[in-house]
Amino acid sequence: MLPLRLCLRREPAVDGSGALVTLRIPSDVECIEGAVDLVTRHCFAGHSTSPHTRFRLQVVLSEALANAIVRGNREDDAKWVHLRAELQDDVIRVYVTDEGPGFDPHAVPEPIRPERVDGPGGRGLFLIHQLVDAVHFNDQGNCICMTLRRP
Amino acid sequence: MGFQETKDPSGVAVVRVDGQLIVGNRQELKDLAQQMVDRGERKILIDFARTGYIDSSGLGALVSISKKIREVGGELRLSGLNEDLRSLFELTKLDTLFEIAETPAQALASF
Repeated sequence: MLPLRLCLRREPAVDGSGALVTLRIPSDVECIEGAVDLVTRHCFAGHSTSPHTRFRLQVVLSEALANAIVRGNREDDAKWVHLRAELQDDVIRVYVTDEGPGFDPHAVPEPIRPERVDGPGGRGLFLIHQLVDAVHFNDQGNCICMTLRRP
Repeated sequence: MGFQETKDPSGVAVVRVDGQLIVGNRQELKDLAQQMVDRGERKILIDFARTGYIDSSGLGALVSISKKIREVGGELRLSGLNEDLRSLFELTKLDTLFEIAETPAQALASF
């Protein structure tokens, strides 16, 4: 395992409600697990939570970071992935932005169609949609915003 | 994080997934499964009782492994999926593709 080069900042939100966590992640899939652990710990620090919500956050963070590193930045070590998490009492909102050209999220076919169920890939974005309460992309398609309500 | 391989007295090769099964280590599991098939293993159980979470790359790796094992006339079983892990298989309809048992013992008995 490579040493992690993660630099996380946590500060109060500008409007005084909750906290803001920012993290810059190298385009290296070996960094994903450490980044997921770090961000998950910050998202639930000081909050009671259910193991199910923690699991959902871990999976969608892993998916979004993998998409950003592999598909967005094409594992180019000159590029970074930028994560921003807005932590409020009732909601966690995570933005993951890569430095790639972006993609059209509407063009990704559903992986649960009978002819695609046994395919090797294409489940990541589908899982994110299933596991969080809301998903949005920016116009360029290189930034995903995932919203998870706290139980 | 890692994969522990053992051989059950019944002849089934068992792989335990410790930690996560994600994009960073899925190739390692695929390589391990290929080695097992190459040396003649035809009954393989993958146990997730000590697994934290799986991402879509990990699910895709399991699909590939399942196909490889079927191609040589072998059988694959999965076990030890908790409620959260199992939900990933159900959401993606992969529960229809795999033989999933509650426990390793039940999986071993099903070969």
